[in-house]
Order: sequence, then C-alpha cells, then structure tokens
Amino acid sequence: MNEAVNIRVTVNGEVRSHSVAPRETLADFLRNALELTGTHTGCEMGACGACLVLLDGQIVHSCLIFAVQADGAVVETIEGLAQRKAIAELQEAFHQRNALQCGFCTPGVLMTAYGVLARPGVPSRNEIRDALSGNYCRCTGYEAIVDAIETAARRRAEAAAEPEPETAP
Amino acid sequence: MGIEGIGASVARKEDKRFITGSGRYTDDIRLHGMTYAQFVRSPYAHAKVKAIDSSEAMKMPGVVAVLTGKELVDDKIGNLICGWMVHSKDGSPMKMGAFPAMAPELVRFVGQAVAVVIADSKNLARDAAEKVDVTYEELPVVADIRAAIASGAPQLHPEAPGNIVYDWSLGDEAATDAALAKAANVVSIELTNNRLVPNAMEPRSAIASYDSAEEHFTLYTTSQNPHVARLVLSAFYNIAPENKLRVIAPDVGGGFGSKIFIYPEEMVALWASKKVNRPVKWTADRTEAFLTDAHGRDHLSKAEMAFDKDNKIIALKVKTHANFGAYMSLFSSSVPTYLYATLLSGQYDIPNIYCEVIGVYTNTTPVDAYRGAGRPEASFLLERLMETAARKLKVNPAELRRKNFITSFPHQTPVIMAYDAGDFHASLEAAMKAIDYAGFAARKDKAKKEGKLRGIGLSCYIEACGIAPSKAVGSLGAGVGLWESAEVRVNPVGTIEILTGSHSHGQGHETTFAQVVADRLGIPISQVSIIHGDTDKVQFGMGTYGSRSAAVGISAIVKALEKVEAKAKKIVSHHLEASENDIVIEDGNFKVAGTDKQMAFANVALAAYTAHNLPPGMEPGLKEGAFYDPTNFTFPAGAYICEVEVDAGTGKTSFVNFVAADDFGRLINPMIVEGQVHGGLAQGIGQAILEGTVYDKSGQLVTASFMDYSMPRADDLPSFKLSHTTTLCPGNPLGVKGCGEAGAIGASAAVINAITDAIGTEKIEMPATPDRVWAAIHANA
Repeated sequence: MNEAVNIRVTVNGEVRSHSVAPRETLADFLRNALELTGTHTGCEMGACGACLVLLDGQIVHSCLIFAVQADGAVVETIEGLAQRKAIAELQEAFHQRNALQCGFCTPGVLMTAYGVLARPGVPSRNEIRDALSGNYCRCTGYEAIVDAIETAARRRAEAAAEPEPETAP
Repeated sequence: MGIEGIGASVARKEDKRFITGSGRYTDDIRLHGMTYAQFVRSPYAHAKVKAIDSSEAMKMPGVVAVLTGKELVDDKIGNLICGWMVHSKDGSPMKMGAFPAMAPELVRFVGQAVAVVIADSKNLARDAAEKVDVTYEELPVVADIRAAIASGAPQLHPEAPGNIVYDWSLGDEAATDAALAKAANVVSIELTNNRLVPNAMEPRSAIASYDSAEEHFTLYTTSQNPHVARLVLSAFYNIAPENKLRVIAPDVGGGFGSKIFIYPEEMVALWASKKVNRPVKWTADRTEAFLTDAHGRDHLSKAEMAFDKDNKIIALKVKTHANFGAYMSLFSSSVPTYLYATLLSGQYDIPNIYCEVIGVYTNTTPVDAYRGAGRPEASFLLERLMETAARKLKVNPAELRRKNFITSFPHQTPVIMAYDAGDFHASLEAAMKAIDYAGFAARKDKAKKEGKLRGIGLSCYIEACGIAPSKAVGSLGAGVGLWESAEVRVNPVGTIEILTGSHSHGQGHETTFAQVVADRLGIPISQVSIIHGDTDKVQFGMGTYGSRSAAVGISAIVKALEKVEAKAKKIVSHHLEASENDIVIEDGNFKVAGTDKQMAFANVALAAYTAHNLPPGMEPGLKEGAFYDPTNFTFPAGAYICEVEVDAGTGKTSFVNFVAADDFGRLINPMIVEGQVHGGLAQGIGQAILEGTVYDKSGQLVTASFMDYSMPRADDLPSFKLSHTTTLCPGNPLGVKGCGEAGAIGASAAVINAITDAIGTEKIEMPATPDRVWAAIHANA
C-alpha cells in the first residue's frame, strides 16, 4: 500500500511523470513535487476551498483527491490559468476592487469565479454568493469579491454582445 | 492629494503575486535537507505525563529524532512568558503557573505538545508521531469559568489558588456604589462574550535552520511582529542572542491577533534544528490550529447602569470573569483589563465607573488578543446595556444615546482614557439616515403582516487604537514599548525603499505606505518599495496589531521623511543658491518659490550620492531613520445599525440591511479602509450568529474543524452600506486613527440588539443560532 506509484499527469499544459505515494494528496503533490505553491491547503477536508484546482475541467478540492487519481488526467492550477490569461478579466476586477487582502484564499476564490464566468449570462449577486459559499475568506467579508466577480461577468457579457469587428476581405 | 497620494483609492501594489499564485507564504518555502516536525499532543485536558516511549518511532527509517519536554528543560530553553504584568486589586502580582513549550510532567489542555518527531518527510513524521507511546494519568478537568471558580474545583496551577490569576479592578467603587444607590433607575444585564477561534486562513507555520559554523539561526514564521518574536526568543527563551537569530515573516495569510504571539512550535523548531543540525519545518493542520492558536474573548459579565430621572447615566458597575485557558499567553493579561475596562465609558459621559475583572485558568486552549481584543467585549456589554436600558426606560434607543454622548473634547473618562476628538452625533446621524431609521416602524408593521419578526439594533462603539504610548503602557505593566520605527532609504537615482517595523498580512501596507511617500515627494508609488518582515533588513519594529500601523507606523515614516526633506532642501538650496526656507516640493521637483529654478528629486538624490558638490560639512547620502512614540491612543468611533428579519418558525435570522458610519480620521486609501471594515464586520457578525467554540465537560474541543465551527460564508452575510464622518486625530502628523478592528468591535452588539428587538426578549446568547433564537421565541411565548 505504501509502494510508490508512477503517474503521468498533464499539469498546466505540461506532461509530468512522477512517482508518488498512494496516500499523497493532489494538493501536496502539486505543492511539493511540482512546486506549484499557488494551490493552498487551509483545512485538508474540503471545507475551505483554498486548494481548488481544475481536474479534467471540473473544479475539485485537490486536498480530497489523491495524486494517483489524477493519473492520465489534465490538471490546471492558478498558475496555469494565470499564464494562459484565462482569468485576466477576473484578476483585473479583483485588483481594481481590492477583492483580496492576505491573498491566501485568493487562488481558490479565483477558481470558483472562473467556474461562475464559464456559465452563460450575468449571475445575480445572490447567485455569486451562493457559488462562493464553498470558499472561506476571513479577510474581506466577501463584499468586494462579489463586486469583482459581478464586474468581470458583466464585462464578459458586454464583450460577447458586441458585434464582431469587421474583418478585411 | 494627487492620483496616488493620501486619500486616493489606489489599487494595491501587492495584488499581482496573490492573483497569479506566486505569493510566498512560509509553507511554500523549502530549504535544502529540510526535515519535518510533527508534535505529539495530549488527547486529555488535564493529565500527568507518566512516561514517553519513543523506541518504536525511532526504529522507523527516516525518523531523525524524537524530542521531549524533559530535553527542552535540560537544554535550559525557557518557559513561555506573559509580557504584561497585571496586579490584583490587593496589590499582589498576577499568579502564573509555568508554561513549558512541551510539557514534561503535566498537560493542561487538549492539544498541548508533549514531544516532537523530526523526520525526513511530513507523512513519515505523522506516522512516527502515532508510534510515540505516551502514558497519561488523567486528572479532573475544569472546562469553563463556572467550573473553575466553583468551590472545591480541581486546581490547574499550584501558584494560582482557586484557579484565579488575578482579581483586578479599575475605577472608584465607593463613588459608583453611591451613585447606584441614589439612581432613579438601574438597569442590569448578564451576558456571555463567546469564545472565538481566530482561524486565519493560512495555518501557522515555521521553518528553522541552524548554521553551525556561524552558530546562527534563521526562522521563517507566520508572524505579525517578527522583531518581537526575535526579542522574546532571545531574551526569554534562550534560543540564541539577537545577533545570531534572523526572523523572517514572509507573506502571511491573515493574523487577526493570533500571529502576534510566540508559540511553542516556533521555539521547538529552532531548538530542534540545532539538535538535528538540519532545517526543521512545521505547519499546522486545521485542527492543530483550532487546538493551539490562541483563542479570543470568553467572558462572563454582570453589569448595572444607573440613570437619573432625566435618563442621564450616573454610574456603571461591571464584574467580569475572563477565561485565560490553561496558560497565560504573551499579552493575555492585558486584554480583559487595560484593553477592556478602559473602554467601558464608550461614547458616553459617565461620571462613575467601576469594573472588576477576575482572570481564571481552565483546562482549555490559551486565550489572548483576537481582532479588537477587549474592546469588542467592552463595546458589546455597553451597547447591549444601552439598548436594554432604552427598552426598559421606554425611550428611543437613539435618543438615550444622544442624551448621554460626550460632546466636548478632550474628554477624560473615569477609566484612564482621554478621548482627543470625535463627533458621535454625526456618525449616529449618518447611520440612521443610511438605514432610514425613521421608516423602520412602518417596515416592522409590514413584516408583521407577512408573519415575520423584524428588528433593528444600534451599536455606537469607540475603541482605543494606535497602540500605544510607551510610557503609558509601561506604567500599566507592559514589558515592551509600543513605538514604531522607520527608515527612508533614497537611492542615487531617486527611487525609495521604506523599511518599516509594521508588518502587513493583508492590510495593504505596500500600497498605503507608498501613498504617503508619493503624496509628500510627488513621485509615483511604483518608485517606492516597502520592506518589512525581516529582522536582518529592518532595524527594529513592534509589528502590526491594535490598528496601529497607520497611526504609529506611518507616523514614524512621516518623521523620517521630514528628515530626508530637510537634508534634500539643504542640498537644493546649495545648488540653486537660494534660501532653504524658499524651497517647496511640487510634482517631484524641489523648486525655489516664485522662480523657475528647480531640481528634480532624482537629481537631488544623485547629488547627495555623488557628493561632488554638497554644502560644507554635509555627509554624503540620503537616508534617514526615525522612531515614533505616540503621545496618546487614537479613538476611532462610529455607529452601526443592523436590521434583521427573524423567521419565528425556524429561528433563522436574515439580514435586511447593515449600515456602518465610521470616523477613522484621515483616510489614506478609502478602498483599503472599506475592505478592513467589511472584514471586521464579517467577524463581528460571525461572533453574533455563527461562531461558537464548544468544549465538553472533559475539556475536549468539540468544534475543532471547519465542519463543526461555523465561520461566515458569502451567503451568510449581507451587503454592507458604509459611510464616514471625519474628525482628525490631533495626536499624529496625518490625523489618522486606525480602522482594522472597528467592524469586529461594533458589529456584534448591533446584530444582537436587532435580534432581541425582533423577538421581544433580551435573553439570547451569542452565537444567536436558529435553535437558540427559536428557543428564545418559544420561551417567551
């Protein structure tokens, strides 16, 4: 049971082959083996949301998943989303609205927000609060986070509604 | 103010690393050859440690060492200290038992460390810790204040008979009793201020390394005050002299007070790193955080307020029992005394106040400062009392407060504090307007028709921040001075580094402190870097807590900037052949007033460093330091009003509206201030309706995880309406007061006042969870 297992996992677009202990969580694997320390562990029981990552496109608690379960999967962390500019408008809205303070919960909150923005339309503030209810933030009281997500969603919807720019013949 | 100066809502400079996942918190750091520590913790709240057998653990490959409390004592590592001496009313010093970093003989709370395993990996350390066989002999337990003070109660420390640390008092008891005796009305109240677990989202963590050739330690740690940590570790715990110990607090994921204190784990990590001659890392898991981070609040109080026939307050008498847990934490003694009783005058002119505080040991986690520290307890008691009094005296709660507001300043209260400025009518007015207080009766009627119980509650708080004038706190028993230091380091090309003893763990100092420099010198904040959190870089500092960084930390920066400016003006006057007095600073240029002669700031800096043409006798360079010791506390104050709707069928409280009108003096960055208030309100509301710390009779912490301890989530909280009224603090150069704790201080009373108004009974304890509210409604019916 303690023997290491070889896994192949695509993390932030790169194939990574590693030998991991069966008990190693995906969160610890990302943080320690891959040095992707943007994923945080705040409770290690799936209650705080600081460790959220994308696993095959689904938002999951990386503290509740073993690294071996990610064998063959595609994982994306906050570093990956930031690098491929998938959350640029959220980052900008969070920055402009002061929607973070100590920053520890922020990567997980941005993951949730990424999920919110993936849905069509502009969510209501209550819908945003509902979506955020799996993320603990002890600093902000959530108000600015709700504002920032609302702003980013509105901007995205406005951009989608704008007519396609004319292309040269 | 300029677009980046004082008063501008500048977006934060520090955000980029946090929104890209490149923040650098302690647990993110790995050192070469690092080992991992796992503590073996007591599962009992009170027990003798009869034997520790580590032989099985030591057999496991990769286990480097198992160290116990006895070895700590043998190596003369000191016991943990309490840094504030408080004397009982009979003049005797507080009675403290020893607080060892790992218990050699006796454990007094669940989670207290008895041994530590050092191993090559975290999982190995965890496994090995389970193999350490500790034999305990259970002892009887006192798990709360009432059990601790009962006659015949089990004793925790022989030094503290009856489990009493001190029986302290403040104010004139005879005069207060006399006023109570002649009062037209006396309103009394009994209440609990519930114990809270701070729960910064980043668990505490420490990495210690030892360089045997240099006999030098480095400690990375989750600290709000790394210099104080170094001082205490050196001076009291015998780890190493200060010049042989570097303490670094990198990005810190929230503190709320809990990261002020120097904990056993940091001491043990340092000591162990020398013993095993490899770096040692320890990071708490969440349940360890629940068990070992200092908790907050936990008071039982009785209070009486006396009114004359015109409803003017003539006296306040308070008796409080404060739970310290099993040991006295670093600043614990000051919290229910000098940070609590001194605020019992609130915003009111009360001629006679007497407060007695009895500090009690129990077999629970140590209790110390948590956001607000003493002031939320004072504010909650006073504002619950005011609201209850208004209802009993059948006067409007706002009117009763107005009648008793302090209106002229300075105002000396009977409990030490001398308020320097404020306008309590203005903040109450602003809050009442924001919530349409006048329209509440109609809203309540309408809700009633819809079968809902609606209530409104006021809370007019005051706090003492800018902690603190060193001489004053010294006379009250503090072991340290509470000044702050700063260094302004101008580089040859005119960029600036500010070194500050304040520490940012979410407060945004890298932005606000730079704004002060930008405002003064007219240079962009991108050219100003704030350096903090490293004892090798920053000369000294007292750290960040008690809403002190603007009022004390920035004041030190302003003092140093004044010196830089003075020298720069001398250089400019020499170069431009003008009088120093005629030099003015505009948009980053030093100008001779009324002429077109000027020197850009960058050129002044360059001139200072090339030193080719300086005034005779002037030293080269442009770098100045300053220490700032405040002359008084600052007094942020405000009015919060909460409107709720209670479902009588389920007991669930819903927020209809929450308004806050604060007076923080001058605001440096209103957006950051707003964030501080939001976060404080969330913690105050959390205390009021969600957060309950539960110990069972055997001293087990029942609420030791996020599944059991309920903190506010996004869908638990209302949107807040904030506003500001302004009276400048006359005591510091910028007129700032501090904003970090206000929300947590003022919010809980507003919420409970609203709930009690809705349900028509005063008898409800925090957290007012649906089951408690439902029970209160039905007990009343």
